[in-house]
Amino acid sequence: KIMFEFKELGYAYDALEPYIDAKTMEIHYSKHHKTYYDKFLASIGDTPMENLNIEGVIEQVDDNTPSAIRNNAGGYFNHNFFWKCIAPNGAREPEGNLADAINSTFGSYENLKTKMSEAGVARFGSGFVWLIVKDNKLQVVSTPNQDNPLMKISSIQGTPIMAIDVWEHAYYLKYQNRRPEYLKAFWNVVNWSTAAALFSK
Amino acid sequence: MFSLRTSLRRQIIRPVLCALRAKHTLPKLPYPYESLEPHISADIMKTHHTKHHATYVNNLNAAEEKLQAATTAGDVSGVIAVQGAIRFNGGGHINHSIFWSNLSPNGGGEPQGELRDAIEREFGSFANLQSNMVTAATGVQGSGWTWLGYSREQKRLVIVSCPNQDPLMATTGLIPLLGIDVWEHAYYLQYKNVRPDYLKAIWNVVNWNNVAERLLASK
Repeated sequence: KIMFEFKELGYAYDALEPYIDAKTMEIHYSKHHKTYYDKFLASIGDTPMENLNIEGVIEQVDDNTPSAIRNNAGGYFNHNFFWKCIAPNGAREPEGNLADAINSTFGSYENLKTKMSEAGVARFGSGFVWLIVKDNKLQVVSTPNQDNPLMKISSIQGTPIMAIDVWEHAYYLKYQNRRPEYLKAFWNVVNWSTAAALFSK
Repeated sequence: MFSLRTSLRRQIIRPVLCALRAKHTLPKLPYPYESLEPHISADIMKTHHTKHHATYVNNLNAAEEKLQAATTAGDVSGVIAVQGAIRFNGGGHINHSIFWSNLSPNGGGEPQGELRDAIEREFGSFANLQSNMVTAATGVQGSGWTWLGYSREQKRLVIVSCPNQDPLMATTGLIPLLGIDVWEHAYYLQYKNVRPDYLKAIWNVVNWNNVAERLLASK
C-alpha cells in the first residue's frame, strides 16, 4: 500500500523574499497544501485509488471523478510540483536541450516568459499555468482550479515540466490584485533544474 | 403642455444620445471603507472596491469597445474572441454592484416580513438558511459566489453557487437577492485560508432591507 507523504518544503519560508513573501509561503504550504493533503487522504480512503501513487490517481480523473478527489488529489499533486518549480538558488534560466527546445518552439526564453505570464493573466479565477511536453513538443497551457494536464478531464493533455500557481492565495498578501506583478517577480525564483530533469525523460 | 422642444427631445435627441452608449462606471461604495469592521476589514473593502471592482469596470468597457469594433467590421471571429472577457468582467461588475448594496454597517440581525416568511417556508428557519448558505459557500472550489436567489417560475427561494464571475441571472435565470463573494480576495487579507471564519462574520453586515427590496422588486 502506498504511503502518501506530506514532504518538507525544502527551503525556508523566507527564502524566496522579496519576490514571494514568507507569510505567503508559510500559509500556502502549511495551510492550503496541507489541507489538500489531509482531504485527499480522506477522499480516497477505502477506495481502489488508495493503492495507486499520486500520478496514478491524477491520470484517472475524468468527468465521473467525485469533486472531492479531483480537487484534493489535484491540490496535493499540484503543490508538490509547484514547490519544485521555485527555489532560493535554482537555475534561473533554462539550459541545454530544454533551452534549445524553448528557443525553437517560442523563439526565445523571453518569449516563453511572456507567453506564460499572459496565460496567467488570462486564467480567469483560480488555476495554474503549465509548460508541458505534448507529442514531443513544448506547449503553454492553463487549467482551472486544481486541475492539471495529466488529468483526462483537461482540455489539453500533456506532461507538465513547469508550473505557476495563479490562485489568489499564491500572491495576495503581497501583490493583492496585481497578478501581473507577481508573474513578473516569479521569474526571479523559478527553478529550471526541475523542468530540465523532467524534459530529459 | 406638449411643446415642440419636448417632442424633439423625446423622439430624436434622447435616442441618439443613448446610441452613443455611456461607459460603465464604478458605483460609489454607500458607506465608509472601515465601517464594516471588524467583520470585513477596511483594507479588504478598499482593495476589493477600488482595485478589483474598478478593474472589472475598466476591462468591461475595453471589451465592449472591442465587441463594438468587431461587430461593426462584421468580424465574427473577433466577436467570439471577446465573449469570455465580457462574461468575466461584465459578471464581475454586476456581482460586485449587488454585493456592496447587500452589505451595510447597519446590517446584521434578522430578516422580517415577507422575506422572513419566504425563508421559513423554504428552509424551515433563518438559522437553516444561514447554515445552508455557509455549507454551499464553504464548498465552492476555487473562485465563485454563493447566492440566495428567487425563482419567478417556481415562486421560491433557492441557494446556488456560480463559478468565477458568472452572474446569477444570466447563468441560471434566478433573481439575485443576496450574494456572498468567496473569491479569496474577498477575505484573504483578514482571514487568510480560513474561509469559514469569514462566512461566520459576514452575517453581521448583511443588509436585510436590501435583500427584501430585491425580493419585492422581483415579483
